[in-house]
Amino acid sequence: MTVTQTTFRSAILDSQQDRPIGLSDAKGQPAGRRFDVYRNNVAISLTEALATGFPTIAKLIGHENFNAVAAIFLRQSPPASPLMMHYGAGFPEFLRDFEPLAHLGYLGDVADLELALRQSYHAADATPITPDALETVPPEQLGEVTFSFAPAVLVQQSPWPLHAIWSFNMQDGPKPEAVAQDVVIMRPEFDPEPHALPPGGYTCLKSLMSGDTLGIAAAKATEADNAFDLGAALTLLLSGNALTSITIST
Amino acid sequence: MYDAPQPPKGLPNLPGVGYKPQHYNDLLANSGTVGWLEVHAENYMGDGGRPIAQLRELTKRFPISVHGVGLSIGGEGHLDSEHLARLKHLVDWLNPTVFSEHLAWSTHDGAFLNDLLPLPYTDDTLTRVCDHIDQLQTTIGRQMMLENPSSYLAFDESTLSEPDFLREVAKRTGCGLLLDVNNVFVSATNLNYDPKQYIADYPLEHVGEIHLGGHDEDEDDHGKPLLIDSHGAPVVDPVWALLDHTLSLSGPRPILIEWDTDVPEWPILHAEAERADIALSKVTA
Repeated sequence: MTVTQTTFRSAILDSQQDRPIGLSDAKGQPAGRRFDVYRNNVAISLTEALATGFPTIAKLIGHENFNAVAAIFLRQSPPASPLMMHYGAGFPEFLRDFEPLAHLGYLGDVADLELALRQSYHAADATPITPDALETVPPEQLGEVTFSFAPAVLVQQSPWPLHAIWSFNMQDGPKPEAVAQDVVIMRPEFDPEPHALPPGGYTCLKSLMSGDTLGIAAAKATEADNAFDLGAALTLLLSGNALTSITIST
Repeated sequence: MYDAPQPPKGLPNLPGVGYKPQHYNDLLANSGTVGWLEVHAENYMGDGGRPIAQLRELTKRFPISVHGVGLSIGGEGHLDSEHLARLKHLVDWLNPTVFSEHLAWSTHDGAFLNDLLPLPYTDDTLTRVCDHIDQLQTTIGRQMMLENPSSYLAFDESTLSEPDFLREVAKRTGCGLLLDVNNVFVSATNLNYDPKQYIADYPLEHVGEIHLGGHDEDEDDHGKPLLIDSHGAPVVDPVWALLDHTLSLSGPRPILIEWDTDVPEWPILHAEAERADIALSKVTA
């Protein structure tokens, strides 16, 4: 008559299964739909957590479809920890492999962007350098400068118009055009903001974030795209409070 | 066994509310009758950002109760050591007035189900729950309070009543108790017992905090009422009456209004706190 937590858990996540035996109402009759309260609580709370974490996906496919997709995902990937702020790390991969939505090839990248926005929101605080900090560097040493970045700064590469898709759905931005868009997320204070990166920007940022000097990063970025504009890239980073220290390597 | 005062000291005998970020500015402008706040531990386990910044600000102005919803104290398995460490980190930097958790489980075989799931009340589960509470109290270096659940069904294997189970847990571990009066009403309705008898059986001397919240109404397979804890509605009149009855036996206690879903505008939540304040004004220490 012992109802193990293995049995309980399994019956909660699979409503096709019989309800566990050994659970009753006040008269000793089988619990019946009283057990379904737990099934509903779990399904609804996890679906809501996903809808809160992936609002752009919910908008792109519609809320009814989203709930149906979430119902499948939450059963095969329930949270691995009680930190719901991290729930859904496997959702982008799930969407990429989900056959009925294969025609919406960008969903995985959009879900990655939403995960990164959440990660940025909860990232550690950091004090940014002021915009004039760069001006104190002697011009001949600019190429030798390295930066450290705020933990809330994240970059993502995409073959889709990623930023435009996000902005069209979440900020009434213009209709996306069919161009590839890499994105940087910065958090000036508490609200993460995604920005479309200019040509070569992704290469430059990845290089700087790995510890390369500004000279090396600029060379790599120009090689990747000769339209790369170093001044514009630095202005963008400074405006988003992305940089937390500046060092001249000797 | 944790050697701590009974009942747990700390929170003022005033109304408190479950903190919701949308009420941040209202609370700072004029918190009215609200004398303390409760936060869910798991929402403040990020590295930084707005949630932590707000909590840092709020703790300068209000006594804070940290309420865990994810430790799975009633779980069959070991407590999650990473989660214990996260709780310790939060309690260490925030130094809240009190810490509480639930008589429930939520994690099994590596899956967290994000709900407070029930356990049978037997000698075995009593031993396990006490071991887990010992481990938690040792880890965070302070007394905790354990909250009674809302029940929708009963386990045939149970051999102890819920008040007896909780009394024994408090006795063995030295933990305090958090009495959720709405949960008592919900469980008593669902399992057809007298809520006043439950309160009479409950070890009120261990209670350091009372919870109140709203519930939804449904029916079971036989057309009998099935109340579901929702924290998404006002506290109903019979629960206010049960609160009055409880306070007449326990004396004044800190009373929390929980409203976690369909969160209302501040004035509506504050009106619930005012009603708790009136209930407190009717009892003397």
